[in-house]
Amino acid sequence: MNSIATEQISTLKISIYRYDPDTGNKPFMQEMDIDIPSDKDIMVLDALHLAKEQDPSISFRRSCREGVCGSDGMNINGKNGLGCITPLSEVVKKNKLEIRPLPGLPVVKDLIVDMTQFVDQYKKIRPYLISDKEDNGKEIPQTVEDRDKLDGLYECILCGCCSTACPSFWWNPDKFLGPAALLQAYRFISDSRDTAREERLDQLEDAFSVFRCHGIMNCVSVCPKGLNPTKAINEIKKMLVKRAL
Amino acid sequence: MAMNGNGKALDANSLPVKEYDGIIIGGGGSGLMSSLQLAQSGMNTAVISKVFPTRSHTVSAQGGITCAIASADPNDDWRWHMYDTVKGSDFIGDQDSIEYMCQEGPATVFELENMGLPFSRTEEGKIYQRAFGGQSKDYGKGGQAERTCAAADRTGHALLHTLYQANVKAGTNFLSEWFAVDLVLNSENQATGVIAFEIESGEAYFLKAKATVLATGGAGRIYKSTTNALINTGDGTGMALRAGLAVQDMEMWQFHPTGIHGAGTLVTEGCRGEGGYLINKDGERFMERYAPNAKDLASRDVVARSMMLEIIEGRGCGPEADHCFLKLDHLGADLLHKRLPGITELSKTFAGIDPAEHPIPVVPTCHYAMGGIPTNVNGQVITQKADGSDSLVEGLYAAGEAACVSVHGGNRLGGNSLLDLVVFGRSAGLHIEESFKQGIDIKDPSKEDINKALRNINRVNISSDGENASVIKKDLQEIMQTSFGVFRREDNMESGIKVIEEIRARAESLHLADKSSRFNTARIEALELLNLLEVAEATAISANERKESRGAHSRDDFPDRDDENWLKHSIYFKGNKEISKRDVNFRPKIVQAFQPFARTY
Repeated sequence: MNSIATEQISTLKISIYRYDPDTGNKPFMQEMDIDIPSDKDIMVLDALHLAKEQDPSISFRRSCREGVCGSDGMNINGKNGLGCITPLSEVVKKNKLEIRPLPGLPVVKDLIVDMTQFVDQYKKIRPYLISDKEDNGKEIPQTVEDRDKLDGLYECILCGCCSTACPSFWWNPDKFLGPAALLQAYRFISDSRDTAREERLDQLEDAFSVFRCHGIMNCVSVCPKGLNPTKAINEIKKMLVKRAL
Repeated sequence: MAMNGNGKALDANSLPVKEYDGIIIGGGGSGLMSSLQLAQSGMNTAVISKVFPTRSHTVSAQGGITCAIASADPNDDWRWHMYDTVKGSDFIGDQDSIEYMCQEGPATVFELENMGLPFSRTEEGKIYQRAFGGQSKDYGKGGQAERTCAAADRTGHALLHTLYQANVKAGTNFLSEWFAVDLVLNSENQATGVIAFEIESGEAYFLKAKATVLATGGAGRIYKSTTNALINTGDGTGMALRAGLAVQDMEMWQFHPTGIHGAGTLVTEGCRGEGGYLINKDGERFMERYAPNAKDLASRDVVARSMMLEIIEGRGCGPEADHCFLKLDHLGADLLHKRLPGITELSKTFAGIDPAEHPIPVVPTCHYAMGGIPTNVNGQVITQKADGSDSLVEGLYAAGEAACVSVHGGNRLGGNSLLDLVVFGRSAGLHIEESFKQGIDIKDPSKEDINKALRNINRVNISSDGENASVIKKDLQEIMQTSFGVFRREDNMESGIKVIEEIRARAESLHLADKSSRFNTARIEALELLNLLEVAEATAISANERKESRGAHSRDDFPDRDDENWLKHSIYFKGNKEISKRDVNFRPKIVQAFQPFARTY
């Protein structure tokens, strides 16, 4: 992180979830005071870096620091989001900032969760183009209108904010695919170049994979990229119902 | 088991071994292209990545992948792309490599599309291409070309996710969130694999392989202000230098004209390709003065220098007069929404402005390393013998930004990095596959060879006194920013080199206070600092030694290009910290070589 050159400093009370299973100690909330600039807004990730300067043992994931790589999904004052693009002004209430790991997944250490279940569900939907078109050494043509159908779907960064905000995913993380995986399922179903639409729908046709979504829409309210998994899930449901009739 | 932790040193005698045919270090575009090739070949391979692969920095590429697929212009020709790239490199790009990349490019781009990459489309349903800097038709005589294939302004994201998905389909074996520490070379200087540890548990291994690919990306974090991700710490370059191998053209760092002022995050050149332009505090479109033909689409080194001159001469914008403005509002909200949605988002988040209404404050920001680990077109790592001749390091490959196959020479053209990493990621994979068919003979390393590669991590693991890595890193980034930026001068660089020497002494005794095993990010940051330091020192010494101005390397004290002495690659070794020269390749296979001429836009 770049050091903050500023004249005006204020103090922020930050409370960070700490847990290292190797120590045998229970999880606890570590309270710290950090100096932040009062004349400009900084991001939650910047605040975490300031905390880590005081205590280098605090662990969290981060990479691009611009909301594109999906590393730093975390629970910020009760709501899932990306630390790097969430300004303090948006989340800090009464000068307090509480940061916990994404809920519903096993904690590896501090703010780092085990994403295995999340990635496994993603892999289940066969997240790649399936095409029976012969390779002719050129692009598969696609109209502008067909390409537009992928907007709002392909931009997912796999941060996990949505699925870990979803009560249905908390209850059945192995059977309900979760909003992130279903958004990608719909991304490939919607792709005019994909020729496996029916097989994809076959795979989703059970009581759990899709239908455990009860339209709570937590996924929509937390998605840092402004995507709408509930809408995608509803479209899949409609296709499945239509097929069954 | 061999754990990192509890202040104990690791030892070859107790270090478990995992054996592979090939290992790829890095899960970005070049690594995933290599691994895809190898997974399809049925070899026993693994990708080691310190982050989950889609968190790699390729994901941040915005504007596109430049390639003569003849979509925007049916007459486009890869030879024109080659000409532009050679000129862009200021003539120290290797012409055999550039030819290979430009010629192989179209097939690779179509293959990526077939894999599912959601490129934007033309009305005819073809891949959309936009204008980028330094592009021309007909060898510079036919005006501006539109050659950069784009998925809106999220091409890197689309490309990296597509490659990850293709690897999932191919069944690639990922060692995700593993950190590679150091290469293990045997007594014959062959690469035999790498020391690495699983970040979650802290367990260390010797990952033994007959082929090792360094696909570790860039090192922009040597500078205080960079567009690069926090993970871009030059790990492969650091490993190569510690293993006694050469690095090439390390003085050649690209400063991207449009990093968001203050935050450093990238705003794609595609903005200017779509019709945006830069203005100074007087609202003047100043690039018309510096590059009358190409204007805002001159190559990046030219635009970055022009912006810095505007600022130095007092025509910068803002209360500190320390940046320029990128004007996009005249393009209209519709076009911004369709073609540049990502930068609209970034501008709102990091500059607090909507580019449909206000110009974006931008400043040249460290973006890309043209230099790196020298390789041939097959990705095989080259080092230099005492007599100055090339020799191959058997079993070792490099690709992508970590490598210097040298397609970019002194200055990379926009959109050529994505093409570089897919073309040469693939070519490394192809060569490994072919070598396996013919049989690879790599001698096992001795215990001493392995212990040598453990030296660095052990130093960190048993450290008991000294400074925290984060403090040292800040000082390093500060001096690099001050002394090795867009404009360089000997006195400034020499004092910078002295400061780096002092920083090295401090880093020798850095202290890792937290010795825990599990997901210890402080340990990783300490090891990353040691890599940054190697890259920074190589940059500093190379920059001071190249006594001319070429491409991105611009010296006040040697303002002209010196083809007589410096139409050469620079080669640096960590051992003697001296610079030698290496010939630039002027022997393309198909076309006639392009000879140097004065470079104007």
